[in-house]
Amino acid sequence: MADPFEPKMTAFVCNWCTYAGADLTGTSRIKYQSNVRVIRLPCTGRIDFMLVMKAFSRGSDGVIISGCHPNDCHYTSGNYHARRRWMVFRDLMDFMGIDLRRVTFSWVSAAEGAKWAELVNEATNTVRALGPYTEVQQLAAAGIE
Amino acid sequence: MEALASKAKELLTAGTVKVVIGYGKGTGENRRPIFVRAVERAGDLVVDTACTQNLATYLTKAEVRALGRMAIVAIPSTLRSILQLAAEKQLREENVLALAIVDGGVRELATFDAIEEAVATIPDAIGEADQKMIDKLTAMSVTERRAFWAAELGRCVKCYACRSSCPMCYCERCTMDCNRPQWIPVASHAIGNLEYHMVRAMHLAGRCVECGTCGAACPVGIPVHLLTFFAEQTVRRQFGQKGGASAKLDYAMSTFKPDDKETFIR
Amino acid sequence: MSERYTITEASVGTLLQALTSSGQRVLGPKLVAGRIEIAEIRTLADVLQNGQSVVSAKGVVFPKVERLLKYRFDGKNIALEDVEPQAQPTILLGLRPCEARAFHALDVVFNWDSKDKFFNTRMANTTVVGLTCTQADESCFCTSLGSRPDDTQGSDILLSPLKAGGFVAEVLTDKGKALVALAKGILQPPPIRPDVIPPATVAPAFDAKNLQQKLAAKFDSPLWAEQSLRCLGCGACAFVCPTCVCFDIQDEADTKQGQRLRAWDSCGMRIFTLHASGHNPRDKQSQRWRQRVYHKFAYYPERLGTLGCVGCGKCSRACPVDMNLKQHLAQAASQG
Repeated sequence: MADPFEPKMTAFVCNWCTYAGADLTGTSRIKYQSNVRVIRLPCTGRIDFMLVMKAFSRGSDGVIISGCHPNDCHYTSGNYHARRRWMVFRDLMDFMGIDLRRVTFSWVSAAEGAKWAELVNEATNTVRALGPYTEVQQLAAAGIE
Repeated sequence: MEALASKAKELLTAGTVKVVIGYGKGTGENRRPIFVRAVERAGDLVVDTACTQNLATYLTKAEVRALGRMAIVAIPSTLRSILQLAAEKQLREENVLALAIVDGGVRELATFDAIEEAVATIPDAIGEADQKMIDKLTAMSVTERRAFWAAELGRCVKCYACRSSCPMCYCERCTMDCNRPQWIPVASHAIGNLEYHMVRAMHLAGRCVECGTCGAACPVGIPVHLLTFFAEQTVRRQFGQKGGASAKLDYAMSTFKPDDKETFIR
Repeated sequence: MSERYTITEASVGTLLQALTSSGQRVLGPKLVAGRIEIAEIRTLADVLQNGQSVVSAKGVVFPKVERLLKYRFDGKNIALEDVEPQAQPTILLGLRPCEARAFHALDVVFNWDSKDKFFNTRMANTTVVGLTCTQADESCFCTSLGSRPDDTQGSDILLSPLKAGGFVAEVLTDKGKALVALAKGILQPPPIRPDVIPPATVAPAFDAKNLQQKLAAKFDSPLWAEQSLRCLGCGACAFVCPTCVCFDIQDEADTKQGQRLRAWDSCGMRIFTLHASGHNPRDKQSQRWRQRVYHKFAYYPERLGTLGCVGCGKCSRACPVDMNLKQHLAQAASQG
């Protein structure tokens, strides 16, 4: 019998808030599902919107993006720019047929260790129920003779 | 059109401009961009309902700028493009003279302020057929939309007619041309096409004047303009800012409000 | 070695059935959502008997994206995996004679100094059934290049429609013979004087030999800058063209594996000749436009013994700014 499907989750998080928050989750010994691969960036403002598509086309089934709460950005305004970017790109992804249920956005501060665990668990459970994101993975190999 | 021909003659004779960029008769019923420099060719200029291509793309083309001060036959979207190009510091007021086609005649718009005033009176709405198509797409399920774009973009050959014909795609080094690393795949396979068109729509969001020239340029009939229209409409809806309204930069994607409201960040 | 027969429309249908049931792919010019594409043909009625597809059929032998090889990184080792071109036997049914002729122009390049196994495998597996044009449009100019709407060059079988229905079928090659052998009895004796629908009239706009001579003295002419003022430098003309053959090689890889792809490229694009140093020998659109014309009408005949154009006019129809090749060439050929 084949192993039950375990989703590959990729998380793009900012160094100063969410990454530190995830560290706190660990030091607080709060358990959460280990499907997530965390990618640390200096700031959500640095997250190129195409990183979401890159994650999907390279085998991720779900993507999490998280950073500092508005007004708390270590670089003052990075997360404001990120917010604007996602407000447009998310709608565009949906318009072009990308499943938004597989993309989770959040603000998680360095003090919110519990929130990080909750976020990851919820997102992972959602994506597990949706199954592997074969549509985009197949797309990555299509159209080549 | 008589008024346009005589205006062109007047401008060229006086040396006010060195070239009049406009539309001329093309193959069959087509119109083609023409660059009138000689006074005796002013009669080549045509204005009719078949003149739909946004000619503003030539305002940033080196070979055209090298001809000298430019006048340009301006349909509404061209006026908007001039403003957006000005806002992005790609055009100087003294280098371009807009010839707006109005009822029965030609209006010279020599300053960006004059163009802004004229543009403010032109209604926003994109064509009915295009709006219907966007509405139809947004009413579909995600799966249906994915199938729609897969079928359309499957024909894409990455010729970049869309990019080349767009007045706002003036970057001498497009993101597609950068190869260390090659961020978006060059080849016209499925993922290469999807990613290119996504990036282009995002790079146009807040800058697009909704002329539809990109979609008209596509040799294989992909409605790529619907993507940039959608991105532009999204920006307008979310932030109340738009492309081509003013010669003063008001770019939604490089600005923000601390209280921008979204519904999806936990 | 050509043999002539008549074939009824019903017999073409029988042949089609025999082909598809033997696992062969049949493609031809077909109306799909208002556009003419080279698409799957199921019945003769699918085939558009006149009209040019937007994109040529060259994709059958020279796809827009094809994989050349794959590799895996295994610790310090690299495992290289050659790709064998998977060429499904394909019949192009109802192809315009100009497109049929175009394969030769591809062949001379792909077999010039090295033999391209990808092109050759696909070409060997492709049979061309041409169909004489009885209509043409204002972008067509095959007759300016020494060809005609009922040219047999490049076709394995050429069909010419009869006024009473059905076709005269000229079987021109061994491949053509092998094709008709698949459906026994579909060919009938040739008519004494076949009453074919007259081929389209395409008035020559210039003479290719004369043009080639004129080009010899025109390299520095201001004509090229003038003609190319409106050119946007996209790749639409090159990509729809049945003879354009320029390609780009792209390696797409991550830390574990990669693939080498060949994709269409266009000399009209600025970065086509951009050197790593930053120097660009064809930095102006006029230089790129001139290159396009010379490549097809001077360098090809000089060096490869064939024109790099068949006069199909697809470039002109696809061009977003109405660069009409026939007009431009006629202008170049007529000036002193």
